[in-house]
Amino acid sequence: MAVILTEAEAKALLTKVLSFSKADECEVNLSGEYRGNLRYARNEVSTSGALTNKNIAVQSAFGKKVGVATIDEFDDASIEKVVRRSEELARLAPENPEYMGVLEPQQYIKSSGYFESTASVTPDRRADAVAKSLEISRNQKLTAAGFLEDRKGYTAMMNSKGLFAYYLNTSVNFSLTVRTDDGTGSGYVAKGYNDFSKLDTAAATKIAVQKSLGSKGARALEPGKYTVILEPTAAAVLLENIFFGMDARSADEGRSFFSKPGGKTKLGEKIVDERVTFYSDPTHPELPAASWSGDGQPQKKTLWIDKGVVKNLSYSRFWAQKKGVKSVPNPNNMIMEGGTATLDEMIKSTKRGILVTKLWYIRPVDPQTLLLTGLTRDGTFYIEDGKIKYPIKNFRFNESPIIMLNNLETLGKPERVVSTESDQNYVLPPMKIREFTFSSLSDAV
Amino acid sequence: MKRRDFMQLSGMGFGAMMLPNVPIVGNYVSQEALLESGIDVALKKRLADAALNAAKSKGATYTDVRIGRYLQQFVVTREDKVQNIVNTESYGVGVRVIANGCWGFAAVVDAKSEADTAKAAEEAVAIAKANARLMKQPVQLAPQKGYGEVSWKAPIQKNAFEIPIKEKVDLLLGVNDAALKNGANYVNSVLFMVNEQKYFASSDGSYIDQDIHRIWPIFAVTTIDPKTGKFETRQSLSAPVGMGYEYLQVNPKDKVTGITTRYNKGYDMLEDVISAAKQTKEKLAAKSVEAGKYDLVLDPSHLWLTIHESVGHPLELDRVLGYEANFAGTSFATLDKWQSKNFNYGSKEVNLFADKTQVGSLGAVGWDDEGVETKKWDLVKEGTLVNYQAIRDQVHIIGEKESQGCCYADSWSSVQFQRMANVSLAAGKTPLSVSEMIKDVKKGIYIIGDGSFSIDQQRYNFQFGGQLYYEIKDGQIAGMLKDVAYQSNTQEFWNSCVKVCDERDYRLGGSFFDGKGQPQQVSAVSHGSSTARFNGVNVINTARKI
Repeated sequence: MAVILTEAEAKALLTKVLSFSKADECEVNLSGEYRGNLRYARNEVSTSGALTNKNIAVQSAFGKKVGVATIDEFDDASIEKVVRRSEELARLAPENPEYMGVLEPQQYIKSSGYFESTASVTPDRRADAVAKSLEISRNQKLTAAGFLEDRKGYTAMMNSKGLFAYYLNTSVNFSLTVRTDDGTGSGYVAKGYNDFSKLDTAAATKIAVQKSLGSKGARALEPGKYTVILEPTAAAVLLENIFFGMDARSADEGRSFFSKPGGKTKLGEKIVDERVTFYSDPTHPELPAASWSGDGQPQKKTLWIDKGVVKNLSYSRFWAQKKGVKSVPNPNNMIMEGGTATLDEMIKSTKRGILVTKLWYIRPVDPQTLLLTGLTRDGTFYIEDGKIKYPIKNFRFNESPIIMLNNLETLGKPERVVSTESDQNYVLPPMKIREFTFSSLSDAV
Repeated sequence: MKRRDFMQLSGMGFGAMMLPNVPIVGNYVSQEALLESGIDVALKKRLADAALNAAKSKGATYTDVRIGRYLQQFVVTREDKVQNIVNTESYGVGVRVIANGCWGFAAVVDAKSEADTAKAAEEAVAIAKANARLMKQPVQLAPQKGYGEVSWKAPIQKNAFEIPIKEKVDLLLGVNDAALKNGANYVNSVLFMVNEQKYFASSDGSYIDQDIHRIWPIFAVTTIDPKTGKFETRQSLSAPVGMGYEYLQVNPKDKVTGITTRYNKGYDMLEDVISAAKQTKEKLAAKSVEAGKYDLVLDPSHLWLTIHESVGHPLELDRVLGYEANFAGTSFATLDKWQSKNFNYGSKEVNLFADKTQVGSLGAVGWDDEGVETKKWDLVKEGTLVNYQAIRDQVHIIGEKESQGCCYADSWSSVQFQRMANVSLAAGKTPLSVSEMIKDVKKGIYIIGDGSFSIDQQRYNFQFGGQLYYEIKDGQIAGMLKDVAYQSNTQEFWNSCVKVCDERDYRLGGSFFDGKGQPQQVSAVSHGSSTARFNGVNVINTARKI
């Protein structure tokens, strides 16, 4: 059987899996994927790999006793075995008071992230894309280390109440660090797409080369509070810590930034500048996503922060029932609205400031204020009178993305970015922030 | 484990612990399946030989085959509930070859026939040949003798998979109950157990069968001040270890008593959680630290992570050479510093060593994942940088004739590469206890447990937090502090090390989920030390008003 099933094939297979079920309720998740990657360093290929995965996950329930078993063989005997095993595990399991039962069939909006250009990538095509990048770094006597990974895959689910969902998608992520031979300059680029034909490794490489050469001869500035312009790649790793924390249960329990004294939450409160709006939308053209969650809940356009006000926190079905509200599944993507300014225009309008192109090693310091620490990396520049004056040495920062979005000056034009911490893709604008706190200097290049 | 999952785990004390998101490797199976033996060693040899022969006939000049069966069990609870019991099994074969001077790798799930492994070998050769055009010079592999048919088993006393689930659930629910009874609002607790059954064969003539066990009991306790809405957490002071269920046996000789009890080769989870619940209340009322320079007294439960980040990683040769430049980064400890033979990594008190043989450590194995017998070697001797950690295709660069044996892959489906050995700070040679050390400190902070951590991509500038901070005033512990983090620079920090307690205080800490590589792989590694003192370190206050 093929690894990537069509919608009709997936439906037929899921129907067959469910036909073996003797449990009160049964839910089956099905997936298949091909991944290929090519890694290079010191201007030559270092490792590469190809991986094929397919899996059936069966969840059986007797009352509130639930068991899950999985298997990667798809013949009838294996399918029956995995269904029986999940039923045995369910019978042995303690009652799960948070089990909510399977959902009735749902309506899903259409979304698609599948591109034949990505699905048909071969090892040779991957090598060609990397060769274009290597040609530039080798010719300029610079040293490149990069990673190209593409994936095609599908997920599908069906349950004993007749709910069915299917999603097919492709993706490619490319990242590259270009260093000068003397180790005094370093530049980075990362690009993420669903459509491989949009990936131009040569153009991307030129961005990293420019930052690498431009960051040579960095000068030290005193740590302190500065106006910064964060390129989207830098902003992503800070903002995603807000996204990851938007969970109603931990807020209600009093142990999150979104908690308030007395068991209340910040839902409905203005927490950041009114120009800040985040939403998720499975049909976003730049960042398509599945229109359903792993448990079958529909995904639709959802505002999380609207004009600075917390509009939604995610509620699991259990927590929503307990609180008497509608459940809100975790989003499958995240988009931040922006303005119209280009990065150049943002630099031009800056009297004194710092351009931050990338941040690194982000870790939470205080969950109550969402205080984060980390460092600038691979190209940090001093701006004076609307111009980039010179590269500067890297800083460590201690800053909260909440404080930062209260000190907002300008939002630029949003673009798709890849988080260097989580590999998640987002659509985010570059942003100019006042009084961003740098706490110490680093010698790292 | 991907970085995000790692962050969620390491940040487990922060708000809701996202443990249901722990990545599951392999298939969910029954607990009984974890006790079944894997395939017979004679069959493994036949599968391996099929791959070795197939690769050779397609033109490979070197081949290794890893047949892996990886078992995991996670028991996840919060308060009075079992959230999840996960049993997984992952089985497959990975074949790595050199053809036309270039590496190639292919892996196949559930390979149980000679045709399966031969096909993977052929695919690996094809990939090597496709990529050879991107090479500037061929791979240079350090010679390695074959060991014939050999085996190694971790010296555990009790296989954790043989302990009934009920006993594990009872332990965790008992721990949770004790936390709540002692005033905590929330508590999450987890038992992670891992068994790697690995078979390695290579064209050098080795057939190595190994059985590796690891265990990690952890909890996080949260207490909220209802008036202010402020909350504090305290995580367990346990370490992940290369042991069986005997780690959870309570034995007074494994306890280190003092301002709070710490643990060596046996962990009293119930006692620790009771302390934790009380300490979260103390933390809520603790004094916010005044930023400035302090002498730091660092417990092994904290110092392991500073060693990991500021010594373990920068002394990985692949980072020094630039192989990790696009993600984890490079290193300040460049070859010229090592060649000079006089680079002061630290003070004369500082002796750091790598060791893949230490009993009970996470990194202990008989042979690494490219068939090299493991050993112990010096990295920093009396403060001077003397060596790195290297594997077969890089070790010639530092003039060594054979690999140091620190190659590892986290799955049969991942390609093996250089991973950190257990890197440890040697105990001080002069007898010195922790109380004697504290007695001499005028203005200091005593830090126990690991917390927030961040370091730059060349491992100069770092910032660390902890679980418990105690102010030291004129040789006495003066009470608890909060909002503490220290910042320093690796060389400056290790040169500020003035004293290391003796071996009576030597303990291991470690990480179950050290991330590196693209695609990212995890590795488990231990770091030992005795309590050590560092003078004049910059401490910042991390409190903010919103």
